[in-house]
Amino acid sequence: MADVTLRKVVKRYDEVEAVRGIDLDIADHEFVVLVGPSGCGKSTTLRMIAGLEDISDGDIMIGGDVVNDVPPKDRDIAMVFQNYALYPHMTVAENMSFGLRLKRYPKAEIKSRVDEAARMLDIVELVDRKPKQLSGGQRQRVAMGRAIVRNPKVFLFDEPLSNLDAKLRVQMRIEIKKVHQKVRTTTVYVTHDQVEAMTLADRVVVMNHGRIEQIGTPNELYHKPATKFVASFIGSPAMNFVPCRLEDLAGKLHVRLTDRIAFPLPPARAARYQGIPRADKLLLGLRPEHITEAKPHPEPGVEAFQTVLDVTEPMGMETLIYFTLEGAQVCGRVNPNAGAQDGAPLRLAVDLNNMHLLNEVTGVVL
Amino acid sequence: MADVALQPNRAAAQTARKRSSLHNALKRKSTVAFLMTLPLLLLIAALVIYPAFYAVHLATLNKSMQRFVGLSNFEFLFKRETFWLVVKQSCIFAITAVIFKAVLGFIIAHFVHNIPAKGQRKWRGMLLVPWVIPPAMSTLAWLWLFDPSYSAFNYTLSFFGIGPIPWTGDAMWARFSVILVNIWVGAPFFMIMYLAALKSVPEQLYEAAAIDGANWWQRIWYVTLPMMRNIIAITTLFSLIVTFANFDIVRILTAGGPLDQTHIFATWAFRIGIEGSDIPLGASVSLFMVPILAVAAIFILRDISKRGNEA
Amino acid sequence: MTTATIDKAAPTRKVKYGSMSRDRAWALRWSYFFLVIFAIFFLTPPIYMFITSLKSSAEISAATNPWWVFHPTLENYAGLLTSNQFLRFFWNSAIVSIFVVTITMLISVPAAFALSRMRFWGSATLATGVFLTYLIPETLLFIPLFKMFAVIGDWTGIQLINKWYVLLILYPTLTVPFCTWIMIGYFASIPKELDEAAVIDGASWLQTLTRIFIPVAFPGIIAATIFAFTVSWAQFLYPLVFTTSTDQLVMPVGIITSLIKGDVFNWGQIMTGALLGAAPPLIIYAFLMDYYIAGLTAGATKG
Repeated sequence: MADVTLRKVVKRYDEVEAVRGIDLDIADHEFVVLVGPSGCGKSTTLRMIAGLEDISDGDIMIGGDVVNDVPPKDRDIAMVFQNYALYPHMTVAENMSFGLRLKRYPKAEIKSRVDEAARMLDIVELVDRKPKQLSGGQRQRVAMGRAIVRNPKVFLFDEPLSNLDAKLRVQMRIEIKKVHQKVRTTTVYVTHDQVEAMTLADRVVVMNHGRIEQIGTPNELYHKPATKFVASFIGSPAMNFVPCRLEDLAGKLHVRLTDRIAFPLPPARAARYQGIPRADKLLLGLRPEHITEAKPHPEPGVEAFQTVLDVTEPMGMETLIYFTLEGAQVCGRVNPNAGAQDGAPLRLAVDLNNMHLLNEVTGVVL
Repeated sequence: MADVALQPNRAAAQTARKRSSLHNALKRKSTVAFLMTLPLLLLIAALVIYPAFYAVHLATLNKSMQRFVGLSNFEFLFKRETFWLVVKQSCIFAITAVIFKAVLGFIIAHFVHNIPAKGQRKWRGMLLVPWVIPPAMSTLAWLWLFDPSYSAFNYTLSFFGIGPIPWTGDAMWARFSVILVNIWVGAPFFMIMYLAALKSVPEQLYEAAAIDGANWWQRIWYVTLPMMRNIIAITTLFSLIVTFANFDIVRILTAGGPLDQTHIFATWAFRIGIEGSDIPLGASVSLFMVPILAVAAIFILRDISKRGNEA
Repeated sequence: MTTATIDKAAPTRKVKYGSMSRDRAWALRWSYFFLVIFAIFFLTPPIYMFITSLKSSAEISAATNPWWVFHPTLENYAGLLTSNQFLRFFWNSAIVSIFVVTITMLISVPAAFALSRMRFWGSATLATGVFLTYLIPETLLFIPLFKMFAVIGDWTGIQLINKWYVLLILYPTLTVPFCTWIMIGYFASIPKELDEAAVIDGASWLQTLTRIFIPVAFPGIIAATIFAFTVSWAQFLYPLVFTTSTDQLVMPVGIITSLIKGDVFNWGQIMTGALLGAAPPLIIYAFLMDYYIAGLTAGATKG
């Protein structure tokens, strides 16, 4: 087990900087997920930790040792690839034991490690089969088994679930979490799926255009996003952004959305946003679960308004509603028996205690 | 009313159907398909398969092709020392050349694979030239390079104090030269095949092996070679047959000399059958290639299908 | 942002290993070094052909440095290009090759289409069988074929020995199997949905072939054409056996038999002739190298 540290790590391809200075400290036993859209540099960062890519600038340390110039085989890491990368001509057992056989571990030790990993991943009956006889999920397990058997300092996962169908993905997520609970190896996991990030990580690193947007626990990222990018990336359905301005009305701070709609801010928020210039163009950020049907006895900070719905999506346990506000499409979640219908008006309520205010230009959450 | 009206229609439909059944047969997929492959089948049947069997018939005739003499042509050959010399030379020639071609091709393919993609095309282009030039033409160039009096190689070697080498005059050197030219002509083919195969091995397998702790030759041994088993087998078989049955190079370089020391089946059959006008004997010589080729083919094809069932 | 920065002392750099990027740079240098050596090995003969072709007979017999031309002259080229005999060889080769290419494609393409697309009884065995015919070399067949053609000549009066057009019958046996194999590979890689769309649009099998398959598999057709041409042009054994009169010879045989008269070898002319003989395939290769290589490897990687 070891900690991993990245200091000002940069990756340049000719003129283009794919990774622009990453600082990251991963504690021992921690499960960290790098998440972001395609091309944000997360895979490149992972591959630099693995030693599959050269580092243009900065340092990477594993267990306190700088590993910039250390070849992958000497870094004591294991990697699970998106395409499994199993050796097609070897059986499952041979695949899993390949690394150990190269290092000339005693046969008994190899066997016991392989057996234990196979049992942990529930692939014991498959050990004599070849990869092409296995399903996608089974292959992924074998790839994980290959990593576990090595007992390395760090596990690296490169989008391992992207090739699996939705149902299998949910199952494998749970497997991975169980394995981590058992084996407790420091893990760096790369994915573009924010659900995987939220469900697996101790801490999530949101990346965009080669930089880190925010690092935090899943809860922190969900409830306290620092930038518009993080706010819109995390959470599904995504957060709504409606253009707005601050206004002083009747002695209280309001947020004005349209000519007819202006909500008074709860006292805590009013205090926080007092200093913002009223002329600034802002965005009101509200998650869909905070836009619901109006209730007879609203709590403080919850404001009601009327609008006409565009489309409804009955999901069974709730109904998603879509309507337009000042040109922006807004999504809300209402009770299935709230009477929501396509094209019909509905009285909705917004919970401003959970609002976010963003500067439209800089994207920063205020 | 309705029945009466239907009757004449049905009769008309029946005759129409009879007339068009031939038409339909022609339009049917399997007929068209067969017709499309017919030229190919005729070509091969008439000019490959039939002559092969005809050769067997010819081998059982006497020199003037009037009498049936059974296996006496073969008996005659077996007693000739030159025949066994030819068998030995053909086998050594083929096996040595193919091994070197394969290994050289493999090594070169690796080097080409290692350099950045932009340059690969250029190098690949340069290195394939020996295979593009008609072998007869390039063998002439080698003949000139090996010329007893004016050899450019001997000229260069003389600067290092190495005496003039009788490239085509001395038996051992002649054999060396023939094999060398064969390697020169054939290695690029292996290179291009292996290069394509190398590219088809997923990069991630190498990365996984690197992480598992393999160094460069372990990666070749455990990842590259197993993935390329099929290609290696097919190219080796192809090349064994082509090299074994080679004619151009030996004919032009040494014409089988000196003293029959470089004769292989093809050139000796030509000498006996065409130049010596003894067709049945020439046919017998050529036919002797068949069992040897068949044995090699069986071994290698068995290996391929075994891998095919596994992989 | 929220980072739990653990204050560490300056990182310890254990210099046990050389730089990875430096290792890679050295591996690259070694690769280029060996590639240059191999390139020299492979390119020396053709370059030497060219050098010699620029030498006069006098310079050759003077036995000066063979690797350099001191008094370059084009007399060899002029001599050959104005020689009717040489031009005859070139013409024969060109005609034969062009005809053979046409015949080959006319046979291969429909056969490949049928074998790859139209599942009929025995199509799989036939496809493998086509490949297996390559295992019967020409050096086995030339003697029985010679006899066969002589016999046919006696029976029917059609002269088949010593006529260049007999090569039009023989060469396809060498080109058709491999070209068919290449085309099968290319056709097989065209998605089945394309045929089905064509059938729904009302096309017959022949129309599907000519309007859809051939255009889409065009690179494969070019590759097969190049292969057929190169093989035809380079043939030596069959023409040597079947054509003997000077005016019937093709290039490879012509150069060797006519330029080597007795014991006098006019190497300047021979090398020039050889170079000119190698020129057409080389020129095609220079321009269409990618198709060339694709044709070769198409069979390999697909089968």
